[in-house]
This record gives sequence, C-alpha cells and structure tokens, in this order.
Amino acid sequence: MRAGNGRGMPVLCYAARRAGLSLLVALGVVVLTYLIARVVPSDPAGVWAGPRATAAERARVRAELGLDRPVHEQIVSYVAGVWHGDWGVSVRTHRPVRSDLFGLLPNTLQMVLAGLVVGLMVGVPAGLAAARWHGRFPDGLVRFGALLGASMPVFWLALLLQMFFASRLGLLPIAGSHDRTVLAAHPVTGVTGLPLLDAVLTGNGAAATSLLSHLILPALVVATYPAAVITRLVRASVMDALGETHIQMVRSLGFPERAVLGRFALRLAWNPVLQLSALVFGYSLVNTFLVEAVFNYPGLGRYAADAVKALDVPAVLGVTLLVALLYLAANLAVDLAQAALDPRIRLR
Amino acid sequence: MTASPSLSRPSPTRRAPGALRSRATLVLAVGGLLLIAVLALLAPVLVPYPEHATGATDTAQALRPPSAAHWFGTDELGRDVFSRVLCGARIGPVVAVLVVAVSLLVGTAIGLIAGYFGGWIDEVLMRLTDVFLAVPALLLALALTTVLAPGPAGLTVALAVTWWPWYARLVRGEAASVTGRAYIEACRALGLGHRRILLRHVLPNASTPLLVQASTDVGGVLLVASGLSFLGLGPQAPTPDWGLMVEQSQNYFTTHWWLGTFPGLAIMVVAALCFLLGDALRDRLDPRHIPRT
Repeated sequence: MRAGNGRGMPVLCYAARRAGLSLLVALGVVVLTYLIARVVPSDPAGVWAGPRATAAERARVRAELGLDRPVHEQIVSYVAGVWHGDWGVSVRTHRPVRSDLFGLLPNTLQMVLAGLVVGLMVGVPAGLAAARWHGRFPDGLVRFGALLGASMPVFWLALLLQMFFASRLGLLPIAGSHDRTVLAAHPVTGVTGLPLLDAVLTGNGAAATSLLSHLILPALVVATYPAAVITRLVRASVMDALGETHIQMVRSLGFPERAVLGRFALRLAWNPVLQLSALVFGYSLVNTFLVEAVFNYPGLGRYAADAVKALDVPAVLGVTLLVALLYLAANLAVDLAQAALDPRIRLR
Repeated sequence: MTASPSLSRPSPTRRAPGALRSRATLVLAVGGLLLIAVLALLAPVLVPYPEHATGATDTAQALRPPSAAHWFGTDELGRDVFSRVLCGARIGPVVAVLVVAVSLLVGTAIGLIAGYFGGWIDEVLMRLTDVFLAVPALLLALALTTVLAPGPAGLTVALAVTWWPWYARLVRGEAASVTGRAYIEACRALGLGHRRILLRHVLPNASTPLLVQASTDVGGVLLVASGLSFLGLGPQAPTPDWGLMVEQSQNYFTTHWWLGTFPGLAIMVVAALCFLLGDALRDRLDPRHIPRT
C-alpha cells in the first residue's frame, strides 16, 4: 500500500492513515454484506414472527425491524447501530447478535491462536532444517510434508484425527470445548477472556486440563496449513539470505553454521513471516468454521453455519463484519509493527 | 515451453541440478493432472458401476470393505465408492477450473484498467478490491451460496465473486509498473488504442505470474469449494462430489474408514498436483526467481 510521498513521515501519521483506510474498507464490507443479504429471497420478518403469523403481524414486525425502508437507509442505520454497539438482534436466537458473537469469539480465537503458535513452532525449525540441508534428504522430507499440509482438506484431516485419536484410541475427547461438570466445579474467571489462558493463569488445573484436552485436536488441524506455508516461507527466505554477502562474510569469519542460520539468516525471514501471519490468521479464522463443524466446538463457525441455514440475516452480517474486522486489525497490527521496525516501509 | 538457460539465470553452475529437479516436478504435475483429466473425461465408461454416481443404490451390498469387486469398498447405500470417487473428478475440479477462469478474466480486466489509467479510477477499483479481500473467501462464499441456489453453478458463481480480487491486485501491480515505461509511451505516440496497448503490450508482462498463480489457485479453490460442499452448500445428494461424500461419511467414519478416506484423498492429490505445477512453472518461467532446490 502506498503511504504518501512525504519524506520522513512519522509512524503516527502512517498509523493514522492505515487505520483510516481499514475503517473505510470495514465500511465497504458492511455495505457489501448488506447488499448480499438483501438479495436473499427470504423474509426475515417471516422468520422472526414465526410460521403461524398473520399478514398484519408480519407487516408490524417488518416495520419494527426497519425492513420497509429503502436499502441505503437500512445500511446507514445499521452502521450507526454498530458504531454504538448495537449489532441488531438475531432472527434465530432472538438475542442481540453482539452478545452472541462476543460470547463465542474467545473459543474460536483461542483455537486460531493455538493453531498459529503450533504452526510457527513447527514451521520455523522445519524451514530452517530444510534450508540447512537443502537438496538433501531432510529438505525433501520437509518439502513433501509442507506440500501435504497445504493440500490437505481441513475437514477431512479433522475427521481422520477424530476417528483415530478420539474414537479408536480414546485418548482425547471426541467433541465439544470442555467438560461441563469439571467447569461447573472449577469455574474459570476471566483475565484475558480466552478460557484456556485464564484457567492456566489463575492456576485452575482441572479446568485447564479439560479445556486443553478438548482443544488439542482442533488446534492441530488448524495448525496444519500455517505450519506448511510458514515452513515454505522460512526455507525460501533463509536460502535467499544465505546468498547475501553479509551472511557469507559471517560464515567466512568462522561462525558455526548454527549461528549463521539461526542468528543471522533467520533474522531476514521474520519480516515476511510476520506479513504472512496476518494472511494465515484470516485463512485459519475461517478454517475453524469447518473444524468446529467436525468437533462440534461452540464457536463463531458453528454459529455462522447455523445462521446461514436459518437465513438469519443480522447474524450472518454480524459474523462477516466481525471476521473482516479481526482480519483487518491483524493486517493493521502487522503493518504497524513492520513500520515501527523497518523505516523503509513508512518512508516509501 | 523450451528452456532458455543462458537468458534466464545468472550462474549456470547454480541452476544445473535445480533445473533437472524442477523439470521432473513439472513432468510429474502435468502428467498427473492430465491423467486425472482423462480419467474424469472417461469416468462414466471406465468405472464398474457408473449408475452409482447418478442415484442408483444397491442396499444388499451396503458398507462392504475394499475388495476386488469394490476397490474402495461400498457406502451405506451399497454404492461403489471407487466409481463415485472417479466420477467426482467431473465435479470439484471442474468447478475449480471454471472459478479460476472466470476470476482470471474479471480480475485481469479490472487490474489492467486500474494499473494503466491510474488516478481516481485506480483508487476506486483498488479500494473495492480491498473490500472483497477483507472478507475471507470461504466466508463470503458462505454468505453468497445462501443467496444462490445450492449446486455446482451457485458454488462456481459464489467462489468467482470471492476470487477475482487476487488477480486484480496482481495484474494492477504489473500494469502500473510498466505503464510509465518508454515503450508504452511510444505505443501511445504511435496512436495505438488503449485496448491494443493493454492487451498486446501491458498484459504480456503479467502473464507469467498469472499463470503461476492460476495453477496454484485451482488447488486452493478446490479446497475451499470442497469445504463449502462439506457444509452442505455445494452440490446436493446423490451427486458424487468429494466434499459432500466426506460429509456423508461422518456418521459411519469410525467404523467404516474407507467411506471418507478416499474422497478426501482425491481432493488432496489434485490440490497437491496443482501446487506442484505452480511451483514448477515459477521455477521455469520466472526469470527473477532462482529455483530453490
């Protein structure tokens, strides 16, 4: 993205411009989803009022929900509502969409974050190993693994793991996010909002064990794609870096190969990896939709799938907007982190 | 395409083993995809039970494990899984290719216009692209498939709507980078029309990255399309779509592994071949890219 041509543009100015653009894009997302939702040949008022409602009742509900006004007015009032914290009311659950969404978000978020962490923990060493022994056996193995990881359908992998580790071996729970009895006996009190992290931070061992055992399989499935693409990127960046003159100098100074790779070459890989992480975050966020369906895990994905099936327009709008906002926020955070670390980006 | 070693890369010593391996990858990917295309084309003739792909059932043979008669076993309605998986190659991959083709056309047109004309046209088109890119493909397609009737056609349209921005952004970048060059100005000075300049002189610059991106994307679209299908938003039963077959196997999967394993494997193989093709094409065609082997 271009950041103006002013010389020496301070980070704050750049941040403001990027944040402004993100808000504009978020507004565009609202309009886009609203237009899509309006094309649905459904009758939200009919869903709301129930199947036995009379025509008059339906008309009343229609007016109440503001569905009788022109589309642009509806969009304006929707955006104004979201701005003030009113995301509308779900036609299906009859609860405010905002509280529905923010109640489920921590579950999905902790799955994605766990997946990303695992992805990084696998991808960075694997990429380094492949670069270290490139063209030889470890490289081939890593490359084959990365190819499999990137081309594996997540829902299929989820089913395979569920069948093997949960059903056959009985090592891990088959579905759900926690044991109800355990969490009733050891309630988790919030610090961060993410249940597992809270349980760990407050030393709630029983709850943490229950939450973790339910999270392992879904998080592993979510981690597959990030692990694969991060591996590829780290391998490519490190190998590029090995061709750079300063790395060759470090090597000729007699630094051990470990240090050349891990301390000097890997440093050049962090920037692209950071950038990729935002993209992968968005992709994984939506991949959880499929994973949650398999593991019957209460999160945004299951909520979205149910909303879509029930033609619950406010809920679908809400999920789309929330996911888009999270994705934009992740991109913005990465951009700002890079601008703060690398002056070339904000000066460009 | 023939290789032009002396032109494309700086040091011949460095590329020699790489080129060999990338050639092997290319042969593998192209060969594998061609084989799958032929199998898909001839599937109704080749498979032992073509009627099982179109709705016929044989409940007496239900849930048999893989055997000589049924290579991939049979499903809960006694249908031959091998026949259905092979016929499934006529659905998912075709949807993926169509989606990429449509997105390529739309995205290229928008990207060319934005990059070549610049100014407010560029600004408006690229902000629009940003909006589409801010909603992950699966989610936007999820919302769209509810609007469109579920089925292969609706799936194709929904995914094409979500996929074009990637090409628009790619082509715009390439177009913007050459538009200021002298040879484009020379074209203008010669009085060539915008359309001719765009198609004959600007577009060819983007053709290599486009080709690489498109071949990789066929795999990516297949994965997303199968996911939508798995959620029940794609082709409906009894269509032997791979994603749908995995979904339908869920209730029997723990005891009858073959039901979901083979269709899922088929998705993975096709996607992996597409990714390999993209990699191999980049190694061979992109002069700025040094093959990493």
